[in-house]
Amino acid sequence: MPEESRGSGDARRFDQVAMPHLDAAHNLARWLVRNAHDAEDVVQEAYLRAFKYFGGYQGGDARAWILKIVRNTSYSFLEKHRPADLSVEFDETLHTTDVAQPQAEAALFQSADSRMLRQALEELPVNFREALILRELEGMSYKEIADVMEVPIGTVMSGLARGRAQLRERLREARGGKEQRDLRK
Amino acid sequence: MICENKSLLHAYLDGELDLVRSIEFESHLQSCPGCAGELRNQQSMRQSLRAANLYEPAPASLRDRVRAALPAEIQQKPALIRRSSPVEWLAIAACIIIAIFFGAKVLPNFDGQKHADLLAQEIVSSHIRSLQPGHLFDVQSTDQHTVKPWFDGKLDFAPPVVNLADQGFPLIGGRLDYLENRDVAALVYQRQKHLINVFVWPGDSKPAKLLETQTIQGYNMVFWWHGDMYFCAASDLNLAELHQFAKLLQQ
Repeated sequence: MPEESRGSGDARRFDQVAMPHLDAAHNLARWLVRNAHDAEDVVQEAYLRAFKYFGGYQGGDARAWILKIVRNTSYSFLEKHRPADLSVEFDETLHTTDVAQPQAEAALFQSADSRMLRQALEELPVNFREALILRELEGMSYKEIADVMEVPIGTVMSGLARGRAQLRERLREARGGKEQRDLRK
Repeated sequence: MICENKSLLHAYLDGELDLVRSIEFESHLQSCPGCAGELRNQQSMRQSLRAANLYEPAPASLRDRVRAALPAEIQQKPALIRRSSPVEWLAIAACIIIAIFFGAKVLPNFDGQKHADLLAQEIVSSHIRSLQPGHLFDVQSTDQHTVKPWFDGKLDFAPPVVNLADQGFPLIGGRLDYLENRDVAALVYQRQKHLINVFVWPGDSKPAKLLETQTIQGYNMVFWWHGDMYFCAASDLNLAELHQFAKLLQQ
């Protein structure tokens, strides 16, 4: 088979396999690097990498395949430009408050507007944030998330539990701050 | 109060428990106000997250930018599309000039070797064009009962459509194409990573040579005539497998 035809055939097939997942790729990159401009650079870089490695793509879940590359590209970017963003790993000793009295907190979440939620999510450690984005925004299963993050399924589950606990903590703090500001008015 | 079942709560919330454990956890919820309250809180948080428009779809400009960046990668390999373009256009131009000059009626006629060569060149051009992004399908489906009716009303004949997935040649779609001065059906099959275009158009006479093969620019073609129709399978697949494919289609 001539090398030339492999090139054009692959390019066409790559377009069909990879381009439908551009939104998912951008969403993940945007939440990992937390900057619109950097996210676009990361996605472009990730797609070039994906095209380069396309020969190794064996079929199967194209979204998970692309997102894994986007994730690795995002982490490389952060390592290079903002290593502090990566300082927190899955650490079982992290402080999270267990709710002693789980009285209904529906009001807390209902009062949380989009801006507060966005900020609270952005402040989460990168790996918790990532698991939550893939689960809540991308709707992926634990198995798919484990594929993308290259961790065991148990780690995905504990990461989601801790991420949710921390998210709630941050929302509570944000609301506390808001109430104090409101009182001062 | 930390319930020992709390670790299951997130798996339950995310629909990751199997049926048995799901039912077990639901009965636990009946007797554990702590877990029941926590579940309501988590559901409430999820609703807020989903209602908050947090998804960040790619801007349209990014799509263009990514696509524009990719051909640069392709160019590092010898690019057939670019190199062959003048040849394609020359072939098409030659077709037209010859047709006008000789007043030739360009119809399927496998007796004329020159004509057969021109047809083969035209088919290779169509095949290559179909491989360019966005040109492969008008209808994308692995279901022959979707692909076949799609041609209704678009062609003055009904191309036979069979899926050969069981034999390792899955049907993946179809489109309208243009050959021999007429609309033809193009059916798209796949063999591992190779794409096969099968061009089909009606013909009223049996060609002199059956299962004629041609190779142009590395692309293989197999021609045959069956049930008042002409067929040509074109692909970068090796000739042996393309022959096998053609035989399967004729059955």
